Amino acid sequence: METFTGKVWLLGDDIDTDIIIPTEYLALKTVNDMAPYAFSPLRPELAGQIRPGDIIVAGKNFGCGSSREQAPEIIKALGVACVIAKSFARIFFRNAINNGLLLIENDRLADVVREGDTIRVEVNHAIYYKEEAYPIASLPDNLVEIISAGGLVKAMRRRNGLDEGA
Amino acid sequence: MGMTMAEKIIAAAAGVDKVRSGEIHTVEVDRLMSNDGTTHLTIDMYNTKLKHPHIADVDKLVWIVDHNVPADSPKTAATHKKMRDFAKEHGITFYEGKGVCHQIMMENHVRPGELIFGADSHTCAYGALGAFGTGVGCTDYLYAMVTGTSWVLVPETLRFYLTGRLPEGVYARDLILTIIGNIGANGANYKAMEFCGPGLATLTMSDRIAVCNLCVEAGAKTALMEADEVALAYLRERGREPKALYASDEDAVYAEEYHVDLSTITPVVAKPHFVDQVAGAKSCEGIPIHQAFLGSCNNGRLEDLRVGAALLKGRKVHPMVRFLVVPASQEVYQEALKEGLIQTFIQAGAIVMNANCSVCWGSCQGVLGQGEVLISTGTRNFKGRAGHPDSSVYLGSAATVTASAIKGYITTADTL
Repeated sequence: METFTGKVWLLGDDIDTDIIIPTEYLALKTVNDMAPYAFSPLRPELAGQIRPGDIIVAGKNFGCGSSREQAPEIIKALGVACVIAKSFARIFFRNAINNGLLLIENDRLADVVREGDTIRVEVNHAIYYKEEAYPIASLPDNLVEIISAGGLVKAMRRRNGLDEGA
Repeated sequence: MGMTMAEKIIAAAAGVDKVRSGEIHTVEVDRLMSNDGTTHLTIDMYNTKLKHPHIADVDKLVWIVDHNVPADSPKTAATHKKMRDFAKEHGITFYEGKGVCHQIMMENHVRPGELIFGADSHTCAYGALGAFGTGVGCTDYLYAMVTGTSWVLVPETLRFYLTGRLPEGVYARDLILTIIGNIGANGANYKAMEFCGPGLATLTMSDRIAVCNLCVEAGAKTALMEADEVALAYLRERGREPKALYASDEDAVYAEEYHVDLSTITPVVAKPHFVDQVAGAKSCEGIPIHQAFLGSCNNGRLEDLRVGAALLKGRKVHPMVRFLVVPASQEVYQEALKEGLIQTFIQAGAIVMNANCSVCWGSCQGVLGQGEVLISTGTRNFKGRAGHPDSSVYLGSAATVTASAIKGYITTADTL
């Protein structure tokens, strides 16, 4: 069972895709170019503060709005280990899985955790914060396969002609 | 136990007799729409990630340049060129500058009973013709484009039983905003929203598209309406036949059922910065605006332009307001020209733009500056959606938007 610890960045409910990456930056060439503007309408300094391995904790309906796949790609580009939210919007959920970004649903953590604190995540089992365990559901096997392969394209290697190039 | 419309369409696409909500099925996708928001990313993956790139069935693909039209920068021009060249090379049905993707799909492609993936969240609009339309990202799109298939989680369905008729001066936009305000921005997350009952027959095709289109703002995976005589007449006019006609069974199982009496709906607005922040339009009376927008896949059709033009006849747009009018398609634009609506808008001081996503996309036309307020028939009012992070967007009907453009502050048409 994969386990990791990370520092928490705490966000609220309904973090939409225009917050995650505003439309005006979608014309930039790569997600790495866009990443410094992640969450900028809400917290312009946040993208510069997030370090690889950090964890985003948020309220309900994270990722609602547009189907823009740059949203989960940018969070992944920032090195975020996983996003833990009370719930995720459907299109974002698929896009995140397809890009190998781990999403975890938990409806209590966002109400108790403080920004800057460290939490430990045991994938498919529980989150640990201040010695309390917050149980989390198991992801279906097919989704785990996609995430651990690093995304849908990689997971589908040698399947249906979606072989990865050299 | 019977099946819902959503379950029937998925069962047919999966080639099985019966499906239940919560099951995951591999389905054959009937049609694949993509626009210039993300198609360049799909092309990049197609060209660099696949060892044996191919398209399962090119006839299923429809590509539409509608978000930044005409190109507003060398970068946008490059993404458009990539899309144009690829479409030409592979023989993909391609539109450019003809209008907003969902309007073009409704006018030319969507058929009842189809399962359609669109690389755009408002693909759920196709439910107005009894098709299962759902938004996906570019990786899901690529997978379906290459394999012709994808996986879907069969959604639970929320049933909205409509009775009565919308009062004079109240529009489909008011209806769907009221529903979203009631169930919340994730009230239908991962679920289908089905609209039925005798009230449905009172809604025009344009109304139905407006209702289904906005369901993603409640998180819905898709929206569905049975294709009745109104829908079939729309199809016939455009020379198309249904793929299949589905209706939910009497004993289908719903996650939730709501009864909506259309005669009780009143003009509403969605306040900044969320679509479910719905309030009576009267409660926002007097809030100063800097810009108004009549257009988008939600409310840029001929019926909406008629509402706006009727209010503007003999009146002027407020001198301190930019009123942008954007027909949802070239077809709509031409009809509006024939009816003299465009002339009315121009004479009243409105700015009429080419058919495209325009202000609703927030990066190429009518972008807001710091502190500015927009009232819009667009799809979203997220923080920064129409420009500067410190600008604000209110959403309302064509009538509320036009009345506000005349007065210079938020107001309803009955005050004119």
